[in-house]
Amino acid sequence: MGAKMVDFGGWDMPVEYSGIVGEHLATRTAAGLFDVSHMGEIEVRGPRALDLVQRVTSNNAAKLADGQAQYSGLLTSAGTFVDDLLVHRIAPLHYLLCVNASNQDKDFEYIRDHNNFGAHAELENAGARYSQIAIQGPKALGILARLTPAPIAALKYYHFAFGEVDGVHCLIARTGYTGEDGFELYFSPEFSERIWNGLLQAGHADGLIPCGLGARNTLRLEAGMCLYGHEIDDTTTVWEANLSWICKIDKGDFLGRDALIAQKQTGIERILAGFEMQDRLIARDGYVVSIARGPSSIAPAAGRVTSGSPAPFLKKNIGMAYVPVQASTAGTKIQIGIRSTQAPAVIVPLPFYKRAK
Amino acid sequence: MYPSDYRYTKEHEWVHVEGHTGTVGITSYAQHELGDVVFVELPKVGTKLEAGASFGTVESVKAVSDIYAPVSGEVTEVNSSLKDAPEILNTDPHGQAWLIKVKLANPAEVSKLMDAAAYEAYVAEKEKDHSA
Repeated sequence: MGAKMVDFGGWDMPVEYSGIVGEHLATRTAAGLFDVSHMGEIEVRGPRALDLVQRVTSNNAAKLADGQAQYSGLLTSAGTFVDDLLVHRIAPLHYLLCVNASNQDKDFEYIRDHNNFGAHAELENAGARYSQIAIQGPKALGILARLTPAPIAALKYYHFAFGEVDGVHCLIARTGYTGEDGFELYFSPEFSERIWNGLLQAGHADGLIPCGLGARNTLRLEAGMCLYGHEIDDTTTVWEANLSWICKIDKGDFLGRDALIAQKQTGIERILAGFEMQDRLIARDGYVVSIARGPSSIAPAAGRVTSGSPAPFLKKNIGMAYVPVQASTAGTKIQIGIRSTQAPAVIVPLPFYKRAK
Repeated sequence: MYPSDYRYTKEHEWVHVEGHTGTVGITSYAQHELGDVVFVELPKVGTKLEAGASFGTVESVKAVSDIYAPVSGEVTEVNSSLKDAPEILNTDPHGQAWLIKVKLANPAEVSKLMDAAAYEAYVAEKEKDHSA
């Protein structure tokens, strides 16, 4: 058979353990365990740490308290993405940035090149010092609580604390890339197997299973989350990616700010939108999108699917694509070129899936 | 594991000949490589097939795969249960999850295909490459 593999942004780790669908459903109904040690970490320290973080990222890191994290963008001077990342404030003079695996070195060099204040901030490319494991799902809290005395039940979403997990010192963050409640643990690499096996054992009776990159992708797509290299890259601005909520123009100057202010004035032409397929056909990354001709006579314009896949929990076929702004409202009919067919789809609001509170 | 009265292609399709009719499917190796099957696209009854040419697709969550006709002929039946339950391709690829039945245009083609022993050896080689 002529099987074609979908690119997963440069990752080369297990795509699945027991099957993508089972792993996806386990994460939504019980819990899933993800080895995400490939993610990158950059430490920023010193009296100019906040200044540097504020200069190179789009969100307002000055709003963070100790133990709080925020999703943000590392932007070019054009307001497009070098990467997306999480900014954690450990202390007023100490920030931990979690970046994409494939961009680790690029991001570090980029930040270093802009670290030219009078007194530099201390920068460390710390990927080799950290392993990372994520446990996600409604049962994640209960399972992790068995292995740590840290008061994680009281940890608010996008907050973190230091504590021991199975006796291992960890940064325990209530963050994730699945749309479920859950935790991401950062710790020293020699403890990887211990934490992995400890969690699997502690969560076995609750239905915790290991999950690979295949399920990681379908989970984040259902939750409407971006993947660098797909929804965002150095050709997409923050406004076009519909990420204005992580872009705080008023915080002061930062890389890309001028370009973004200018683009806000002229207006954007395209925007990232979610869509649902209307029959059984599946839209995949890279397939061509056109706008169905309707009574308002919008000319069919081409875009491409940035991420497309079956959604195992919603039992629909979904995707995201950049479409002309006029065609981005929910209900707009679009067509996806799938082999010799123009498959019907409809724009829907994001996220596709939101967990019950 | 691989039925001894079936014949196999390098592309991991099988054909089971009874009289002038061949039942066609994909092998257990193929479904395992694909992962969870979510969609199958098959030709209509009456379609003329050419051996070696693509006649449809099997889709998993992560990939789209062409399926190639092991034999030439005319499609006489299509397995309709795959429409609502494509996942049976993962659980019973050699039995319940047959794809199509074909009226053979040239029965001699079948002898060019691998028998079960040859296919098992072929797959064993492939699996060695995977674990390398």
